[in-house]
Amino acid sequence: MTMLRNLGHWWLGIMARMGRSLIFLVQILFGMHELLLRHPREVVMQLYSVGVLSLLIILVSGLNVGMVLGLQMYNTLVDFGAEAALGPVVALSLVRELGPVVAGLLFAGRAGSALTAEIGLMKATEQLAGMEMMAVDPIRRVVAPRLLAGIISMPLLAAIFSAVGIWGAYFVGVGLLGVDEGAFWSQMQAQIDWRDDVLNGVIKSIVFGVVVTWIAVYEGFDSVPTTEGVSRATTRTVVAASLSVLALDFLLTAMMFNK
Amino acid sequence: MSEIDASRAALPSLVSIRDLKFGYGGRKIFDGVDVEIKRGQVTTIMGPSGTGKTTLLRLIGGQIKPQSGEVVVDGRHVPKLSRQGLYDLRRRIGLLFQTGALFTGLSVYDNVAFPLREHTRLPEKLIRNIVLMKLEAVGLRGARDLMPAELSGGMARRVALARTIVLDPMMIMYDEPFTGQDPITVGVIMKLIRQLNDTLGLTSIVISHDVQEASSISDYLYVLSGGKVVGEGAPDAMKTNESPWVRQFMQGAPDGPVPFHYPADPIDDDLFGMVTA
Ligand SMILES: Nc1ncnc2c1ncn2[C@@H]1O[C@H](COP(=O)(O)OP(=O)(O)O)[C@@H](O)[C@H]1O
Ligand SMILES: [Mg+2]
Repeated sequence: MTMLRNLGHWWLGIMARMGRSLIFLVQILFGMHELLLRHPREVVMQLYSVGVLSLLIILVSGLNVGMVLGLQMYNTLVDFGAEAALGPVVALSLVRELGPVVAGLLFAGRAGSALTAEIGLMKATEQLAGMEMMAVDPIRRVVAPRLLAGIISMPLLAAIFSAVGIWGAYFVGVGLLGVDEGAFWSQMQAQIDWRDDVLNGVIKSIVFGVVVTWIAVYEGFDSVPTTEGVSRATTRTVVAASLSVLALDFLLTAMMFNK
Repeated sequence: MSEIDASRAALPSLVSIRDLKFGYGGRKIFDGVDVEIKRGQVTTIMGPSGTGKTTLLRLIGGQIKPQSGEVVVDGRHVPKLSRQGLYDLRRRIGLLFQTGALFTGLSVYDNVAFPLREHTRLPEKLIRNIVLMKLEAVGLRGARDLMPAELSGGMARRVALARTIVLDPMMIMYDEPFTGQDPITVGVIMKLIRQLNDTLGLTSIVISHDVQEASSISDYLYVLSGGKVVGEGAPDAMKTNESPWVRQFMQGAPDGPVPFHYPADPIDDDLFGMVTA
């Protein structure tokens, strides 16, 4: 009986949180046009700290994933004498799945946690309350540019991840293992469909960008304004954002590639 | 009513708080508080930690709403203001937070320029002149390029003060400006509060624990405790006030109406209860 009550309580708590975060998102979106008119510089600065600073980890991981993928696929394909298909196989995996998903997970860990911690600390040190007392809306001035920067950055980072990954596979497959270079590229071009594969991958990465950044800014803004509260909020961001990426990936894949 | 009371009543109020009741959740913080802040004066609000002094400033700034009672600032009922009305009012009120609340990502210069850039469309050259003038007023024109992390606590508060006066407010509220500062900084801040108030024609509310400092710069004092105003008066009158609350506070006695002990079971029960039981 108590367990049932606790379960209900927990469920209501989650629902209330989701409701609040939805209202929060609507509030942010309402101020967006004003932000772009009055503070374009702020958006550019956030693009730097959210996007550019995530670049290194995306490059290194993309290269590594691509190289491993090239090696694994080659070993499998060569048994069937189909190593010429290495190009399209690697490219499909990256563009459809690994690019958006792995970039999304890395983005949650690198940029999402940083966003939550930054906003949470601004709250804990009364910077947000101070802004309000100066008649400046922190949602428009602090949260909105960060959300926008996240939404713009994520698809670009996913694209870079895929591109670097393909290059890594090329390096291993063609450079080290002797797959024919012409076949690698021409098969890739022939097999990959612009709309079915590339566009769907881009849509995924946009969705992940919105969700991860939204969770990150909401958790920061909603955090308990103490040292402990901010650290808990940061953890919650990484966990919730990563799980959301995986769950949404399944949903989107089922919707997009369901023939 | 004495002569002083009568002459005080004749002065116009900038802030009137009447029968204010407020609590966080179920916990009562204010239970019928009346406070009058007179125009042009420095008024200090004193009281033990946790009585709700910061909460009072947040109520005046409209960040929270009272459960009942009136909060009137410059003729406007703060709890009834629309969001726009509230923002218009806040542009004319400065609140100096206990911590200073400087934006850690911005330099001293950009911190002070922030309200101007948000609320005006002045050319950068004019903004520069205003910012440097305000920094000069707090003695920190030379620190314009430092980041907040590079400032001492006292300097951070002075920068925050420069930022607060950059839009030429009608009133400044200081939340514990002296707490945790060395004696020299306390002196500097005291001088600044009085000087700014008189030269810029402001009204000031100061929250403080420091009886001596508060008495020497204020025109009027309030003592809050247990959700009520337990004493008020001009500093001299307060020193001779008969109320045990006020006496305890003015003399800094550890025990009195504000008990030294947090409520607990009798100590005998607590220490020996296990043995006798
Ligand atoms: N946001 C809040 N939610 C719940 N309780 C609060 C909140 N802010 C302050 N309090 C409580 O209200 C009381 C008064 O707080 P405060 O106004 O900060 O006191 P003071 O500034 O006089 O030390 C304190 O006991 C504090 O714990
Ligand atoms: Mg306080």
